[in-house]
Amino acid sequence: MDTSMHHPSAGQTLSELILSHAAGQQVHAGDLVIVPVDRCMTHDSLTPEIIDALEKNLGVNRIYDPERVAVVMDHVAPAASVQTANAQVRTRRWVAQQGIRHFYDVGAGVCHQVLIEERLVLPGQVAIGSDSHATSYGAIGAFGTGMGTGDLALILASGRTWLRVPETIRVQVVGRFRKNVSPKDISLYLCGMLGLDGATYQAVEFHGVDWLSLDGREVLAGMSTEIGAKVGIVPPSGEIASRYNVPEWLRVQPGAHYVRTIEVDLNTLGSQVAVPPEVDHIAPASELGDVKVDQVFVGTCTNGRLEDLHILAELLKGHKLAAGVRLLVIPASHRILQAAAEDGTLSILLAAGATLGTPGCGPCIGRHMGVIGADEVCLSTANRNFRGRMGDPNARIYLASPEVAAATALRGSISDPANL
Amino acid sequence: MARVWLFPANIDTDQIVPGRYAPYMTSEAELGKYPFIEYRPEFAKTVQPGDLIVAGSNFGCGSSREYAPRALVAVGIAAIIAPSFSRIFFRNALNLGLPLFECDLQGILSDGQQVTYDNTSYIITTSEGAVTSLPQPPAWLQETWAEGGIVQYYRRHGRLPVGANR
Ligand code: SF4
Repeated sequence: MDTSMHHPSAGQTLSELILSHAAGQQVHAGDLVIVPVDRCMTHDSLTPEIIDALEKNLGVNRIYDPERVAVVMDHVAPAASVQTANAQVRTRRWVAQQGIRHFYDVGAGVCHQVLIEERLVLPGQVAIGSDSHATSYGAIGAFGTGMGTGDLALILASGRTWLRVPETIRVQVVGRFRKNVSPKDISLYLCGMLGLDGATYQAVEFHGVDWLSLDGREVLAGMSTEIGAKVGIVPPSGEIASRYNVPEWLRVQPGAHYVRTIEVDLNTLGSQVAVPPEVDHIAPASELGDVKVDQVFVGTCTNGRLEDLHILAELLKGHKLAAGVRLLVIPASHRILQAAAEDGTLSILLAAGATLGTPGCGPCIGRHMGVIGADEVCLSTANRNFRGRMGDPNARIYLASPEVAAATALRGSISDPANL
Repeated sequence: MARVWLFPANIDTDQIVPGRYAPYMTSEAELGKYPFIEYRPEFAKTVQPGDLIVAGSNFGCGSSREYAPRALVAVGIAAIIAPSFSRIFFRNALNLGLPLFECDLQGILSDGQQVTYDNTSYIITTSEGAVTSLPQPPAWLQETWAEGGIVQYYRRHGRLPVGANR
């Protein structure tokens, strides 16, 4: 990627900067642009449909550039049925036939986590996934967004996509987290405040979090999808600046235009819980009343990272799960699983009574490995709690941070970790 | 003459074509019978090719079903004019060649009004002679609409339409 280009006029948002760089000319919110896609990601759940769209609707049998494509088996991996197994066979054959080198088979982990770990997305790049939480790439300062099968087929065929340059909402975070409050609480708070379509079309930029880890940034970026945002970008400072070569042109510009600024004050923010069946039904954990749970699920592209497993282990250490509660832990990637095995985290979780699953999406979309039944209640660290998302439509899914998950696993009902 | 069909804000894809009228439940050839079949049954019966939809904000929200805009293409809607569209509807419409204009004409045009719409100058003229100019789309977009959308364009030319750049 050419990082030498200079954009003279001040006052662009990070999304405008990235899309201007990609388009080779200065563009602004509202413009339609065609840009090269630096990274295109598809997963087991949609790749067969994309192959059909590519071959049947577009008449294309060879993709534009296999080097820019990554394929990850994560949504139903390992396969849970003959149907999913056959779809995976077809995907593997296509990957081999197209010469796609960046292929991650069963057990590698959730697509977004794998792409970031493998450094397949870099600051300032344009990365499109066949998955709505491709906004996660904003954690390292990339323009990441999700699209449907038709658009993915066009990208595979042409190496490019068209985009409407989004307006940007600025989220200004002030202060530092109180005890047992974490990035998920910022995200859930924003969901409650802005609603499910509060940022439709728009980008969200998170300021005041230069101190936040990569893991925490991934939560903020990925969860931006739940308020309808096209992208959620954290300026690539701190840990990101030390781990990546951040292009010179990718700097927050003082005169950038934001459609709105929202302040989140960590000095007063407590643990938040999304109450089914919408992600924007938010209640403070302390005001929820007595909600008994059957299953606690810690995992997914939102909160299945090493930092989350560490929090869980720290709070569970030396304790046992409450009677009648199942604790399902699914690390977001193989690397995370391996690190948690090496540093003793897994032993603590297993001693407390946790069950481990293969790295991947797990029961997040209700297809396997922890699906819940009618009238069951699950406290999950994932990102969506719509009716039927994790199984039976009469099951109820509450969403919260890993800290709330730990407190809940210990008490048997949804609990505020501030009191642990 | 074109008829103006006025719709409120937040028209979702379930109102445009309910799930049970999906092409895989009925047939692609029948798709033109179903737009707004429950929400506004007279629409599919009386809509004429060239008619305009004028709507409130967030048109096309809800599920990502591509057959919703496809049904509007099937009946020959010339353009949809709304202050905003849902993100996925917007993409699907462009891929299919259905012209969308982001502007608010709700207070300017009324339901059932007869107008002429010039799809090269993007000017709407009412029978009383009042003139409204829609926001001018970039040249590449006009070319793409003329070719039936981005997917068709790509199929014909082997490349995306020339955009704001190269
Ligand atoms: S973990 Fe859940 S939200 Fe994340 S990519 Fe997988 S299914 Fe989607």
